[in-house]
Amino acid sequence: MNTGGIQARFRLDWPGFVLDVDLQLPGRGITAVFGRSGSGKTALLRCIAGLEKAPGFLSVAGDVWQDDAVRRFLPTWQRPVGYVFQESSLFPHLSVRRNLEYGLKRLKLADRRVSLDYAVELLGIGPLLERLPGRLSGGERQRVAIARALAVSPRLLLMDEPLAALDLERKQEILPYLQRLHDELEIPLLYVSHAPDEVARLADNLVAIEAGRVLASGPIGEILSRLDLPIRLGEDTGVVLDAVVAERDATWHLARADFAGGQFWVRDAGFPVGHPVRLRVLARDVSLALEQQTGTSILNTLPADVVEIADDTHPAQVLVKLELGASPLVARVTKRSAAALGLRPGHAVWAQIKAVAVIG
Amino acid sequence: MLSETDWGAIHLTLELATVTTVLLLLVCTPIAWWLARTRSVWKTPVRAVVALPLVLPPTVIGFYLLVVMGPNGPVGRLTQSLGLGVLPFTFWGLVVASLLYSLPFVVQPLQNAFEAVGDRPLEAAATLRASPLDSFFSVVLPLARPGYLTATVLGFAHTLGEFGVVLMIGGNIPGKTRVVSVQIFDHVEALEYTEAHWLSAGMLLFSFVVLLAIYAPRPDGSKR
Repeated sequence: MNTGGIQARFRLDWPGFVLDVDLQLPGRGITAVFGRSGSGKTALLRCIAGLEKAPGFLSVAGDVWQDDAVRRFLPTWQRPVGYVFQESSLFPHLSVRRNLEYGLKRLKLADRRVSLDYAVELLGIGPLLERLPGRLSGGERQRVAIARALAVSPRLLLMDEPLAALDLERKQEILPYLQRLHDELEIPLLYVSHAPDEVARLADNLVAIEAGRVLASGPIGEILSRLDLPIRLGEDTGVVLDAVVAERDATWHLARADFAGGQFWVRDAGFPVGHPVRLRVLARDVSLALEQQTGTSILNTLPADVVEIADDTHPAQVLVKLELGASPLVARVTKRSAAALGLRPGHAVWAQIKAVAVIG
Repeated sequence: MLSETDWGAIHLTLELATVTTVLLLLVCTPIAWWLARTRSVWKTPVRAVVALPLVLPPTVIGFYLLVVMGPNGPVGRLTQSLGLGVLPFTFWGLVVASLLYSLPFVVQPLQNAFEAVGDRPLEAAATLRASPLDSFFSVVLPLARPGYLTATVLGFAHTLGEFGVVLMIGGNIPGKTRVVSVQIFDHVEALEYTEAHWLSAGMLLFSFVVLLAIYAPRPDGSKR
């Protein structure tokens, strides 16, 4: 048993819905629980928090929170979790400061590992402290809710679609803070989402869930490049690559990002050389050629090997999994092109990448 | 204007209403909380029982209380064995009767307030290490404050206005059980209309002010 991580096994029987999961999750980083609405993501999170009582087993970092075999079930308030609900759940009768202090002052002194100042600074809510929740914008409220969850020094942070109730602009306002959490936090974070862009940007690990069952669970790079999973991302199908800024070209405002197995020239996002960045390459932005093309506007052309070919959501298209050295890539091409090029696993091709997004 | 017995009746009435309201708030909080949260099959029957005093003639309540608390009733035997004597025709007999009589006027606003608070604040409090009892006092009570205000005012005002139950269970003993409503009745019986007017007008004004206070819009715009 991996004592550092999370072991969760639940079976929840509701009329018309069954949640049946058995998961091993890493004890660090952000694990996205991804699936459509109604797939059981939130139910899983609530079971882990103890807000829902489902038969099963749960241990976090070696501590058993639930074990039916010995009739152990810690009530929510005795579990060292932080929970951020989908819509703001701030106490309306308390100021932001007193909302933040609510959980903190219920902690034993020895359990206070996160200072209030740190949480306030990390979420940038210093100017809001004396206000009542009713006087905050939706984005501000969610930032306060995240800070409040952090302030109880949780051993596990749970977030249930914290951005779902916000418009695009507010999302953009919060995402950088979540990114900071990711970089600074040493506890695992389970992040429920149905938004592929959030998942691609934040997650280290991915649990894909559908109709109450786990379809796949593992490192995000690995899961997103698997073709055998019916993860219906549609237009959002693509891979993420972890890279490092290796060079910046001031003349053309480009930056070179090196990853295991290759390098891309991308738009310079302002990160200094040596800074880790995450790249997202959508399958629709990757085209294939048998020879290296010249006289093309495409900047990033790399040799790759075809690993696997699988049907796409539309019958006209196929998804082609490639290997760029140690990194996977997925290309979406028409079936006709695949036939014309005679694509087959093992073939060497040139991958032409039209767009690479730098996501933090 | 007002005689000494009138003032005695007013004093007694206010004392009765105050004691009754304080006890009602204590008794009704767990009842209303249970009604607001339970999924038990007993919820509906209990709701109906709680609402009974709304529809029963006060004389019926008074009659049963008289029987139960009388020297041969179960409660009467108990109070006697405890050395308390029997409750009918005493101040505390009136308090017990008033508790029953005004019960729905306190339970229902509290229940509505608890239901309006909902699950989410409790769940949020639980994820912030608050035990159920802790979160009741730190979150539910403050959020249900408008409900408590309504319940207090309604319970108090309704107790002031009782007559039938008082007459059945309390009789008409000056300084002990003769409340304002009974005093007014006495005045009218004796054709002392002026005195009846003073007391009645006082009740009218008081009740109006109380209702005004309940219905007045809150400064923070919250609804009730």
